[in-house]
Amino acid sequence: MKGFYSRKLHSLLGIIPLGLFILEHMLTNFSAVEGGSQGFKDSVAFLNSLPLLLVLEIVGIYLPLLYHGVYGMYIAFQAKPNNGSYATERNLRYLLQRITGVIVFVFVFWHVYETRIQLALGKVTHDEMGSVMHGILTQPIFFILYAIAVVSASFHFANGLWSFLVSWGITVGPRSQRVSSYVCMTLFVIVSVMFVWSLFTFRTEEFAGATALLQNIRMIG
Amino acid sequence: MAMAETKATGKKVKFIITRQDGPETKPYTEEFELDYRPGMNVISSLMEIQRNPVNTKGEHITPVCWESNCLEEVCGACSMVINGKPRQACAALIDNLEQPVRIEPMRTFPVVRDLVIDRSRMFNALKRVKAWIPIDGTYDLGPGPRMAEKKRQWAYELSKCMTCGVCLEACPNVNEKTDFIGPAPISQVRLFNAHPTGEMNAEERLEALMEDGGIEGCGNSQNCVRACPKGIPLTTSIAEMNKATTKHMFKRWLGM
Ligand code: HEM
Ligand code: SF4
Ligand code: FES
Repeated sequence: MKGFYSRKLHSLLGIIPLGLFILEHMLTNFSAVEGGSQGFKDSVAFLNSLPLLLVLEIVGIYLPLLYHGVYGMYIAFQAKPNNGSYATERNLRYLLQRITGVIVFVFVFWHVYETRIQLALGKVTHDEMGSVMHGILTQPIFFILYAIAVVSASFHFANGLWSFLVSWGITVGPRSQRVSSYVCMTLFVIVSVMFVWSLFTFRTEEFAGATALLQNIRMIG
Repeated sequence: MAMAETKATGKKVKFIITRQDGPETKPYTEEFELDYRPGMNVISSLMEIQRNPVNTKGEHITPVCWESNCLEEVCGACSMVINGKPRQACAALIDNLEQPVRIEPMRTFPVVRDLVIDRSRMFNALKRVKAWIPIDGTYDLGPGPRMAEKKRQWAYELSKCMTCGVCLEACPNVNEKTDFIGPAPISQVRLFNAHPTGEMNAEERLEALMEDGGIEGCGNSQNCVRACPKGIPLTTSIAEMNKATTKHMFKRWLGM
């Protein structure tokens, strides 16, 4: 495929479906803040009640993520950053878009292994997901790594939305690009706060499961 | 320095120049110290070094090579990296520069010798996007459509580009790992597509931008618009061409 079309597809997939997925993920996690352990269980149960779940997962998440992620890594390592000579906010965001992309790429493998793969292997059940997260996040190092990863993902999505609007010729002039910067950076703050807040909530006693399970997860982690 | 201060004005200007003897040889730096003169700029300093090619160690060396023509920031030939930023040497006043003044070639382009670079890729890119208006034919085509004065004034701003290459040097996506043509030719497509006669070949130029290494190479660092000495609204041009190529893509798919 010619560069133009493959690059356009990369850009589109960043918003549809990946951008929508990250918002959905944020809301699911946040149900732990709003509804506690039971609220989170209900949200997970709702997602699992969706028809053709595996197909949805593959078409809506895994394949787009694989394409966007692998192509994104290629784009990221083609860059030759010059933030020393051009210390502007836009150039910084250019660099951060690439760094956060690489962080998300690494994090996604780890995170999917700890959650979705453990589920698939039958090591944990859907209802135990909250206590799995509790087991991981009560360990300070993992908590910090998760916090860095969710903030990175939020930035990558929000700043990606800004550049998507430029790449498709929706925000053209400097004024519209400035306004869109404010909107997207506000979105970054909101999404980050909601993700990190859920991380804190998973640490509370309410999410602690059976000790045996906890041990199990510690071993995996 | 004590010695220097006993001389006429006393003030000295120090230069650290990155040199290179040929396209394949290793770059090295050489230092020079010149007497300060009011109003001196980087080109006049290089001329001074040419007249008296002696480095700070007192060694007689081959003079530093550079290129320049207009000496008034309209030809782009003298572009080089001065104190970390690509710009025109003829417009770089020593009074406005931090010392020592560090001068390097724009390495995004092949270095021919010292500060002389080969900007062929800029001109090849203009050929690639057909940055001209084809009016040659076997018979007189008559007068073309007129351009509104307001539009002419706006287009004039875009036409100020001197293919100096500064925007390519400033772009983190133009490097040896990519084939991105860079901001300048994209803005030229906007210029020629806006012209009432040029517009007749608009799609050819858009399709050239949709080839490999075309507009897709932009990563929105927006350094180009900050670096351009002519104040060309490069990022607006790029976004405008993003819009035009996206529209063209859908039109082609829908067979319109
Ligand atoms: C899996 C690892 C990922 C990597 C390595 C990665 C890498 C990248 C890179 C390098 C860019 C910059 C492209 C450019 O500006 O030229 C980018 C853009 C983008 N990414 Fe990602 N990304 C990843 C995951 C994600 C995820 C999960 C989302 C969704 C939330 C996402 C959404 C976006 C968006 C919306 C853009 C902007 C597209 C555009 O500028 O047209 N990315 N990505
Ligand atoms: S757009 Fe500006 S920086 Fe780029 S080549 Fe033209 S004049 Fe130089
Ligand atoms: S000599 Fe022409 S721009 Fe400097």
